[in-house]
Amino acid sequence: MNGSLVQQLPAWGAVAALAVLVLVALSGAAADGLVTARAERRRGGGFAPVAETARLLRQRPRGTVAADTLLRRVGVVGLPVAAALKVAVLPVGAWVVSDLAVGLVWFNTMDVMVWALVWLSGWGPNSVHSLVGGYRFLALALAYELPLMFALTAPAVAAGSLRMADIVAAQDGLWFVVWMPVAFLVFCAAVLAFSLQRPFTAPLSPDIAGGVLAELSGVERLLLLAGRYLLLAAGSGFGVALFLGGGAGPVLPGWAWFLAKTLVLFWLLLTIRRRVPALRPEQLMAPAWVVGLPLILLQVLVVAVAAVAGKG
Amino acid sequence: MLSAVLFVVLAVVAISAGVIVFRTDSMARATYALAVSFVSVGIMLLQFELEYIGVITILMMVMEMAIMAIFMVMFMGMNPALMPMDMVHNKKASAGIAAGVFALLTAGILLADWPARHGVPAVDLTASLGEAIMGPKMLVMLTVSPVLFATLVSALVLANPRGRYAPSPVVPVEPENDDGGSHQGGGHDGHHQHPGGAHS
Repeated sequence: MNGSLVQQLPAWGAVAALAVLVLVALSGAAADGLVTARAERRRGGGFAPVAETARLLRQRPRGTVAADTLLRRVGVVGLPVAAALKVAVLPVGAWVVSDLAVGLVWFNTMDVMVWALVWLSGWGPNSVHSLVGGYRFLALALAYELPLMFALTAPAVAAGSLRMADIVAAQDGLWFVVWMPVAFLVFCAAVLAFSLQRPFTAPLSPDIAGGVLAELSGVERLLLLAGRYLLLAAGSGFGVALFLGGGAGPVLPGWAWFLAKTLVLFWLLLTIRRRVPALRPEQLMAPAWVVGLPLILLQVLVVAVAAVAGKG
Repeated sequence: MLSAVLFVVLAVVAISAGVIVFRTDSMARATYALAVSFVSVGIMLLQFELEYIGVITILMMVMEMAIMAIFMVMFMGMNPALMPMDMVHNKKASAGIAAGVFALLTAGILLADWPARHGVPAVDLTASLGEAIMGPKMLVMLTVSPVLFATLVSALVLANPRGRYAPSPVVPVEPENDDGGSHQGGGHDGHHQHPGGAHS
């Protein structure tokens, strides 16, 4: 297949994609604020993320002794950057910022970046609680990354390409979620995991005084909190492109369908993460590798057989 | 022109990050300086339009550095990784080896009779790379990769005693009966059933 399936946007496309990503993430944060307010029998709550942003922007930065400021800043700034770089290869309807031939591997690379960035945010403050939080994330990451990689393999094998546009185009007749339900579920769980949402919040857990968040204040805390929403929003977008047919749909243009599906998946993941309890860091490895890994390998086997049978 | 400038900048970043690895006194900084160096090399590979190799280099190296951070705490005695430490040892010999290797490689680059390029790059570089690496040895690869993967997974599963605080599927603790501590009463059997597990 060639790269003419989608149109690469000029330079302003990157800015537009970033703006859309921020708006989608903000919608999730606002929805979360509304639901929290309702649960606490308060009115409103939709402007909670704006208010929190304003509060954190005005907050006096608080430092620790002998902190590694450079590494801490790299870590917290990197999370939103990783989310933005993911979106760069995501085809929104017929448009994409960069039609990279190995877009799927690029996505995977950016989510491995999150390993380093969360650990650096934990290392930087020179505080025990933060460091324990950073290591807890690595423990979770070791457990979820391998199932995630195989979940990404399934659509790539079915489409015969690592280019995101080809993967979307290959779902012309049948969305991948229909015959790759296991891969989709594993992918969604991994999206929650790499965006540090429940049940994977052990790195930020209250039993270690907030973990990675313990010593972060002001703009840095804002960047890490926003980074979690941005990563979840970007992950939802990839879920739509990889499993839910991308921008396919009747009447409306592709970008509208794509955004609608992304918002639905994003809000669904946000709802799920409110309703599940947090896992302790050592609780994920056994289920992820003993149950998840064989299941996803069977899923890839089914997909591979179907792909070979379809060609022959 | 622009790509040449980018190449030079990336090369300078890669080399200076490599120097920082040995100049810094922090294990974390050394680790991630090495990651920066490799990421620059990965982007250089992207410049050569070797997209798969470039992106996978970045992926593997960043992941490797993150894993190295785990091993730092797991296996380094007394945890010097958390303290400032010197990143070099055996200075004279390693400087000699480094200079020798550099001279050898540079001589090789300058003196080799490089062939001119014939033909054009394939349309799908990723596919042709896979074909070139694995084409004639596909059967070997197909056999080796599941075996390797199964070995890795089973070694890890065997090595991990299901977490530190609680066994994940709850299994009763095996009673210990091979030390002398509980034999002092003598005579009565069933000493391994005393309540509470006296030896912790």
